[in-house]
Amino acid sequence: MIIFENVSKSFEAYGKTVEAVNDVNLRLEEGKIHGVIGFSGAGKSTLVRCINLLEKPTAGKVILGNTEITSLPEKKLREERKKIGMIFQQFNLFSSRTVFQNIAYPLKHSGMKKNEIKDKVNSLLKLVDLHDKAEAYPSQLSGGQKQRVAIARALANDPKILLSDESTSALDPQTTKSILRLLKELNGKLGITIVVITHEMQVIKEICDNVVVMENGKIVEQGDVFQVFANPVKQITKDFVDSTSNLSMIHELIKDRVPIARLNEGECILKFTYIAHSASEALVSYISRKYNLNVNIIFGNIELIGEYPIGGLVSIVSGASEDITEAIEYLRNKDVEVEVILDARISH
Amino acid sequence: MQEFLIRIFPNVMSKLPGFYESIYETIVMVGWSGSISFIFGLILGICLTVTKKGGILQNNVIFKILDTVINFLRSIPFVILLASLITLTRLISGTSIGVEGAIVPLVFGTVPFFSRQIETALAELDPGLVEAAQSMGSGPMEIIFRVYLKECIPGIVRGTTITAISLIGLTAMAGAVGAGGLGDFAIRFGYQRNQIDVTYASVIVLVLMVSIIQIIGNIVVKKNSH
Repeated sequence: MIIFENVSKSFEAYGKTVEAVNDVNLRLEEGKIHGVIGFSGAGKSTLVRCINLLEKPTAGKVILGNTEITSLPEKKLREERKKIGMIFQQFNLFSSRTVFQNIAYPLKHSGMKKNEIKDKVNSLLKLVDLHDKAEAYPSQLSGGQKQRVAIARALANDPKILLSDESTSALDPQTTKSILRLLKELNGKLGITIVVITHEMQVIKEICDNVVVMENGKIVEQGDVFQVFANPVKQITKDFVDSTSNLSMIHELIKDRVPIARLNEGECILKFTYIAHSASEALVSYISRKYNLNVNIIFGNIELIGEYPIGGLVSIVSGASEDITEAIEYLRNKDVEVEVILDARISH
Repeated sequence: MQEFLIRIFPNVMSKLPGFYESIYETIVMVGWSGSISFIFGLILGICLTVTKKGGILQNNVIFKILDTVINFLRSIPFVILLASLITLTRLISGTSIGVEGAIVPLVFGTVPFFSRQIETALAELDPGLVEAAQSMGSGPMEIIFRVYLKECIPGIVRGTTITAISLIGLTAMAGAVGAGGLGDFAIRFGYQRNQIDVTYASVIVLVLMVSIIQIIGNIVVKKNSH
C-alpha cells in the first residue's frame, strides 16, 4: 500500500510559489496498476516522484507499507529506493555502458558475486525479451528496446513498486502497445505494484485497474477505471474520455450541415452512452423490433476497459413519435444514457 | 641527411644538445604541471558541477567562492601571474627559477581553465541520468564516479586535449622566468640573436607535440563514444 497523507509540494519559481501538489490524500493498493492522468503541469510527475522522494514533499507524509519514507535519513532512503524501480519517457540509459552493464548498474553494491550478477542480468534480459542484445550499446537500439532495457534495469533489485513516468510517450503506437503489454505481464507475473503517469487515455484504458485524475495539483477524481470513465463527474475527466471517442463529433457534423446529419421529418438523432455493464445486451435490435423503429447508426465507439465495454453510439432513429419516446424510456431503465441531439419528430 | 640539416638549420645543428635539452624541459614542464593540474582541475570542476544550483550537492556558498576565485585567476595574464607568484613558488618548490620554478605558476595558470573545461564537459550530462541513478539508490559519490565521470569521458578528454595544448603555449612563456624549454630556446637564439632557423625548428617541434596530443585525444574520444 502506498499512502499519501496531506502531501504538498511547492516550488519557488521567479519569485512566485507554485503548488505543484496541493494537499493530496491517496491510498494506492498493492499489486494493482494505478494510472495517474492529467494534462502537463497538473502535478502528476511531482506526485509520483514523492513516492521515491526524488521530490521531497514540503508537507505531509508518504508511507510505503510500514515505512514512513518521508522521515527516513538519507542513507536509509537510498536503500528504500532500491525497492522502487522507475522508468522514464527518455529511457535515461547510460550511453557509455552496454545493455548488460546498464542492467548491472544497480546491482553493484548488492553483495552479489560476479556470476550471480551475470545470471540475474541474463534472467532480466529474458524477462523483457532482449537476451540477444546484452553486448549492444543503447545507441544501437530502437526506442522500444531501450525502454525494455530500462524496465529490466528498474527491476534488477526486485522492487515491489515500479513507477513509470510517461514511459510510452516517446514511442510509436505499436511499440507503446508492446511496452504496455509487458508492464501488464510483469504485474501479473511478479505481483509488482505499478504506478503509471500519462496524459493519454489509451494507456489508462489498456492496462490500469485504478485511475487518479489530477488537475492543478489536486486529485479531482479517482477509483476503478471503469467506474470513473463510465460516469465521469468532473469536466476534465469528461475531456479525457472524449479524447478517445468520436461521439462528440456529431455536434460539428450538425453545425457543418453534413448530409449524413440532416434529418427527414419524423427522425431524430440520439446518442446512447453505456454507463454500466450493459453494452453486452442486444439493445439496438431489441428496440427496433419491439418499438418498430429504424435505427441507423452514424457512428459508434465501444471499447473494452478491463472486461467491460464502455462507449456509445450516435444514431438516427425514425418511427412513430410515441414509440421513440417509449424506446428512450426503456433504454434509460437499462442504464443507458440517452441524449436527444436533434429532434425532427412531428409532435401530435 | 646530416648535411641537408646543417644547411637548413645551421644554428640548431651547432647546439643540438641544447636543443634536445630544451625539448626535454618542455616535456617535463607539460608532464608535471599537466598531471597536477588534471587532478586539481578535475576536482574543482566536479565541485563546481555538484554545488551548482540544482546540483546533487547544491551549496551556494562553496559554488560562489570557487566561481569567483576561478574567474579571478583566469583574468590575470599568464606573464603577470608568473611574476606575482614568485614568493609562493619559492615556498612550494624551493626555487622560483628553472623547470621546478615554472611548475607552480603553470599549475595556477592551467587549473582554472581546466576546471571550466571539466565543468562544461559535465554539464553536458543529461540530468535524466542523474535522476535515474538517484532512483536506483545511488548516493552523491556513486553518481560522481559512476555517472558523471563515466558518461562524460569524451568531453573530459576533449577538455584535457585543449588544456594540454594551451599548456604547451604557457610553457613557452614560462621561459621568461628562466624555466628553459623550447620557448625560452627560441627566444634566446631565434629572437635575440636573430638565428631565425632556431625559431623555425622550435615551431616544428611544438607543432608535432600539439598534433600528437590532438591525435591521441581524438582516438580516446572515439573509443569512448558509443
